[in-house]
Amino acid sequence: MPDNSDLDDIPGTTVFTAALSHQGFHLNQFCMSLKDPQNRSRFLRGTRAYLDEWPMTEQQKQAVINRDYNAMIALGGNIYFLAKIFATDGQSFQTAAASMTGMTVEEYAAMMLHGGRSPEGLRSIREGR
Amino acid sequence: MARITAGVTTSHVPAIGAALDLDNDTTEYWAPVFAGYKWSQEWIAEERPDVVILVFNDHASAFSLEMIPTFAIGCADEFPIADEGFGPRPVPTVLGHPGLACHLAQSLILDEFDMTVINQMAVDHGLSVPMSLMFGRTDAWPVRVVPIAVNVVQFPPPTGERCFKLGQAIRRAVQSYPEDLSVQVWGTGGMSHQLQGPRAGLINQPFDNAFLDHMTGDTSYLRSISHIEYLREAGSEGIELVMWLVMRGALGENPIELQRFYHVPASNTAVGHLVLTASK
Repeated sequence: MPDNSDLDDIPGTTVFTAALSHQGFHLNQFCMSLKDPQNRSRFLRGTRAYLDEWPMTEQQKQAVINRDYNAMIALGGNIYFLAKIFATDGQSFQTAAASMTGMTVEEYAAMMLHGGRSPEGLRSIREGR
Repeated sequence: MARITAGVTTSHVPAIGAALDLDNDTTEYWAPVFAGYKWSQEWIAEERPDVVILVFNDHASAFSLEMIPTFAIGCADEFPIADEGFGPRPVPTVLGHPGLACHLAQSLILDEFDMTVINQMAVDHGLSVPMSLMFGRTDAWPVRVVPIAVNVVQFPPPTGERCFKLGQAIRRAVQSYPEDLSVQVWGTGGMSHQLQGPRAGLINQPFDNAFLDHMTGDTSYLRSISHIEYLREAGSEGIELVMWLVMRGALGENPIELQRFYHVPASNTAVGHLVLTASK
């Protein structure tokens, strides 16, 4: 087994490893299907029925229905695949990113305009730096 | 003989493409971003390269999780624009250079870089946004493109050192291609950004500026940056910067910086851009 203790040591960050890719395979492949405009409209018309076509776990389906991106990531979702969901919703990357931080869209946009989130204190949980 | 004349690096933020496509490029928010490329657009119109070897990453457009090639090279006649979930960008189809691409594929594999060969691929913002930034709005791209796709989506991407060495191998391969071609190598992606989780929005200006400083001269610092350091310092998506090292490796020693631009923010990302000329 690779030692991933360093990868798990970054605050508020999930590193998309091969193991997560395995866990999230069907979730991410469902996202990929939203490249097709017909699939996008079927998904928006009947989200639950569309998700039931995919061998995803119930937790993964609920996270998609709730648009809970942190939960989707914890269950193996990758942000570039999940981007197909918020693109289908007509939502910007910045709005989706803000939703993962606990900040409002306005607060997040203001933070970005002021130079973004400083890495200070967010590099390592272990080392507190 | 073909020769590498220059290198370009640039971020490839999707919102930059959207700003152009929706005619928002002159707004207070976006105008400073596009201003940073004005000199480069004039420069490349003078340079008129024949081919750009464009190092980029796919964002769940051409490659699903069925197969995840670390390095792949596009040998097709043309590359259509991908639908990323909101319809394809209204930009021209990208024309390939199968002659050079097939030569590169063969040369690189025999030079011990195990490239995946792509004969059909739609390209997303990772490739089209750098094209738009360098060539602006156009009905036909004025250059042929050899796409080189690098996996930076699933951990681990190739190391920076490996990317640098791939660039060196690309240089050798281009120099052994008999046709008289002016070739540029572009490295795209970065700079610091994180798009996911509670740490989303991370930007590290000191890290980015040090990275820009080291793109000319001695490369030992850039080549030694570990994956964990990228993740901690430049954000989970900032690790895309390894793709800049392919370009740097292809330029040879002591390139000269002609243009540098750095701007925060474009959506969630720090925009960095360089134009370097290759050493003789």
